[in-house]
Amino acid sequence: MTATSPSPISPKADQSFWYRLTHLSLPWKVTWVYLSIMLVLPVAAMLLKAATVGPDKFWEIATDEIALSTYEVTFVTAFIASAINGVFGTLIAWVLVRYDFPGKRIVDAAVDLPFALPTAVAGLTLATVYSDNGWIGSLFVPLGIKISFTRLGVGMAMLFISLPFVVRTLQPVLQDLEKETEEAAWCLGASPLQTFLLVILPPLIPPVLTGVALGFARAVGEYGSVVIIAGNVPFQDLIAPVLVFQRLEQYDYAGATVVGTVLLLISLVLLVVINVLQTWGRRYDDRG
Amino acid sequence: MTTEAKSALSDTNPPTPRTAPRAQGAWVKWLLISITILYLGLILFVPALNVFVEAFSGGVGPFFDNLKSPAFLNSVKLTVIIAAIAVPINTVFGLCAAWAIARNHFPGRTLLLSIIDLPFAISPVVAGLMFVLLFGRNGWFGPVLDTAGIRIIFALPGMVIVTAFVTMPFVAREVIPVLEEMGSEQEEAAKTLGATDWQTFWRVTLPNIRWGLLYGVILTNARAMGEFGAVSVVSGNIAGKTQTMPLFVEEAYKQYKTPEAYSAAVILALLAVVTLVLKEIVERKSRITDVQE
Repeated sequence: MTATSPSPISPKADQSFWYRLTHLSLPWKVTWVYLSIMLVLPVAAMLLKAATVGPDKFWEIATDEIALSTYEVTFVTAFIASAINGVFGTLIAWVLVRYDFPGKRIVDAAVDLPFALPTAVAGLTLATVYSDNGWIGSLFVPLGIKISFTRLGVGMAMLFISLPFVVRTLQPVLQDLEKETEEAAWCLGASPLQTFLLVILPPLIPPVLTGVALGFARAVGEYGSVVIIAGNVPFQDLIAPVLVFQRLEQYDYAGATVVGTVLLLISLVLLVVINVLQTWGRRYDDRG
Repeated sequence: MTTEAKSALSDTNPPTPRTAPRAQGAWVKWLLISITILYLGLILFVPALNVFVEAFSGGVGPFFDNLKSPAFLNSVKLTVIIAAIAVPINTVFGLCAAWAIARNHFPGRTLLLSIIDLPFAISPVVAGLMFVLLFGRNGWFGPVLDTAGIRIIFALPGMVIVTAFVTMPFVAREVIPVLEEMGSEQEEAAKTLGATDWQTFWRVTLPNIRWGLLYGVILTNARAMGEFGAVSVVSGNIAGKTQTMPLFVEEAYKQYKTPEAYSAAVILALLAVVTLVLKEIVERKSRITDVQE
């Protein structure tokens, strides 16, 4: 391989940038070439295509009635779903870390099911179970609530796919939480509520928010399960990714690109938010 | 109460009894466990069980008949081909990127990590769209590919490319923490003793990271075989030609062939179960190696 490559652990200060660029070791070359072709090039293609639309036209397409309604359906539903999972995910992580009960291993492994189960299968089975004559959906018919093929169905699909994130970000933090600090709090006369609010909760907030943000990002971009469980009716349960798909099917490349670019930019913002949250969470590492 | 008896029994051994100081601990515990099971039941267990019940509701015979249809068999073949190309490519890339990030400290290291994570943040539909804009008829390379007679969009190459895109981060993400924990001392020792880069990689690095790497490959494969959105955008969904298993499931469902959709869904659900079991095994193995060291 490249025996002449500069030692990457202690790069000499006098080595010029150009020298280092032309004498990269094989793994570096593979990384840069692959990322350039697979990531930078397609993102650039989309941003440039969006730029050719022109700012006025871009704004017009990005904020037309249908597009605005899909943003509302996508982001509000995804926010509610990830917030619900924020609460239940915290509970599940707590139960899995602190308690022993029969079948715990299976429950723990099953939390990852939304990562492993193809989204088309998830959409198919959720649509059946929550339909008017499905196992769970039929229980809601007497109440006049329809779930499949409505916005509630979109929410169910988003609940499913964003479920593991909070549990998996919180579990390691809960495991590292020292029992002693809690006991110290009790010894100093804190009530269980005070112990929870002032001792247990503060280090858990960053990982919970990170998990919620990860789940939200996933729910916003979700397509497979939602397209199957939703009716995909504009202004009711049409989400932005499905709108992109529909416009592509109609060969409306400009329309698809503009909405796609809006989604891409929001993903980038979410990625930054998640990074900030993770850095915030690392603040508590030093105390352990 | 049997529950209290149980918790009292289990509390005799551990050095710090948890529920003993507070009598209300037992019912809080079982209340929280019940809520957990109920919530997971509504969202995970009942839908998962439903896949198997629906698939076999017509009996075992029709189930296997559905699996023998040429359209389904073709979709299986295509899914396996796509995974067989995309997974090794991403394994090599993931190893290279993980080494580059874990073994080097340079400005913008966190940024590079975030860039590698991008495919997880981007909606699969948007991912597919980007490649349509690149390789489609009206895309950047459209005219060139057209004259050369190469089809990428609505054909196998496009489906492989988008699958590789959406599964890009898995291997690197799993290998980076293992590499960081391992440290570079052993590799440096091997090099001092005269090992080439390849020898160091095969004999020192790889054995140390094998479980993390395997875990990454399993996740990559599960996503590659199950990917729907991105593949759907670039495939054109031509039955028997560019239809993968997840696309087959959706198409059958849309055409009111629910039994066929569920027969295919069972195969994909089994893939998910195998993935979770393998993951559990790998996690246990890596824990054992941790203890031994």
